[in-house]
Amino acid sequence: MLNNDNAWRQAGVTTLPVMFGYLPLGAAFGILAIEVGIPAWGAVLMSLLIYAGAGQFLAVALLAGGAGLVEVAVATLMLNSRHLFYGLSLLRRFQGAGWRKPYLIFALTDETYSLLTTHTGDGGLDHAQAFRISLLNQLWWVLGSILGVLIGTTLAFDSRGIEFALTALFIVLTLEQARRLRQWLPFVIALATGFGAILLLPERHLLLGAIGAASLMLLADYRVRQAGGAS
Amino acid sequence: MNVLDLLGFIAVCAAATFATRVLPFVALARQAEHPLILHLGRYLPPAVMMILVLYALRDFRPLADGRLNIAPDGWPMIIASLVVVSLHLWQRNALLSIIGGTGAYMAMVQLGWTP
Repeated sequence: MLNNDNAWRQAGVTTLPVMFGYLPLGAAFGILAIEVGIPAWGAVLMSLLIYAGAGQFLAVALLAGGAGLVEVAVATLMLNSRHLFYGLSLLRRFQGAGWRKPYLIFALTDETYSLLTTHTGDGGLDHAQAFRISLLNQLWWVLGSILGVLIGTTLAFDSRGIEFALTALFIVLTLEQARRLRQWLPFVIALATGFGAILLLPERHLLLGAIGAASLMLLADYRVRQAGGAS
Repeated sequence: MNVLDLLGFIAVCAAATFATRVLPFVALARQAEHPLILHLGRYLPPAVMMILVLYALRDFRPLADGRLNIAPDGWPMIIASLVVVSLHLWQRNALLSIIGGTGAYMAMVQLGWTP
């Protein structure tokens, strides 16, 4: 049984790699938010209430592009649809977490999910430790955002081009997905629907159209496989 | 943008994000093993990531409308993307890849360099 100080210190060590990722990425978010005209309090509020890496960058892009609220909701749901599957694998894990459970679910980012599911040795983490890790991760993210807002508003540094961090993040995540999956299908579908949407759809419906079409094609693929398996 | 619009916008983003995280816990507990859920869980995320890359790079459209049509930062974008891919295939350190690529892009854009 860990005493409280020890437990926090251990959670701090566990979240160290996430800190190195969240501080600069959160800062990039803060700088970007200021650059597109979001007030400082708005940027920090987003990190407190939304708390999603790629989701918040997308939100900034949608805000800058003047997307409607329905579009924003659908695009956010689609982008974060992967979280559905995180939850599925943690259904049992979070059972009995009591008052901590709502926060554990709220704070379920890619990185927190990785930490909570990777540290499964010796019976896994208890709920209290999972809570500490989740809380520290969000703390790094919020601190990074505040840092970025400060940099962005003082203009101490020429931030032109920093928004590329978003593109870089998506590229890295795609490479990681490809490495894990080792199958062409979803990437071929994404290239087809993505290029199709870029060529055919107006800017504000682009993302929704591409992801919606990709979902339908995956559904069709599922049907085909079911039919094939049944015969 | 006025304060109320921004608050509404943040509320929608927060609600949509939380919805995706909480939905399985309230609705799908018994369907966790349904093959369609597993199928989408496996293939949708990589497809979404790939689409996001294309979306982020959409200003680079060398042949749009049948003519040369490249945004001023089109080439730096493509070159920086190649930097990210190379760094990541080499070191597989997400932070290094992101900082390296972003640094390269910022340098090219701020120095006004294009091929």
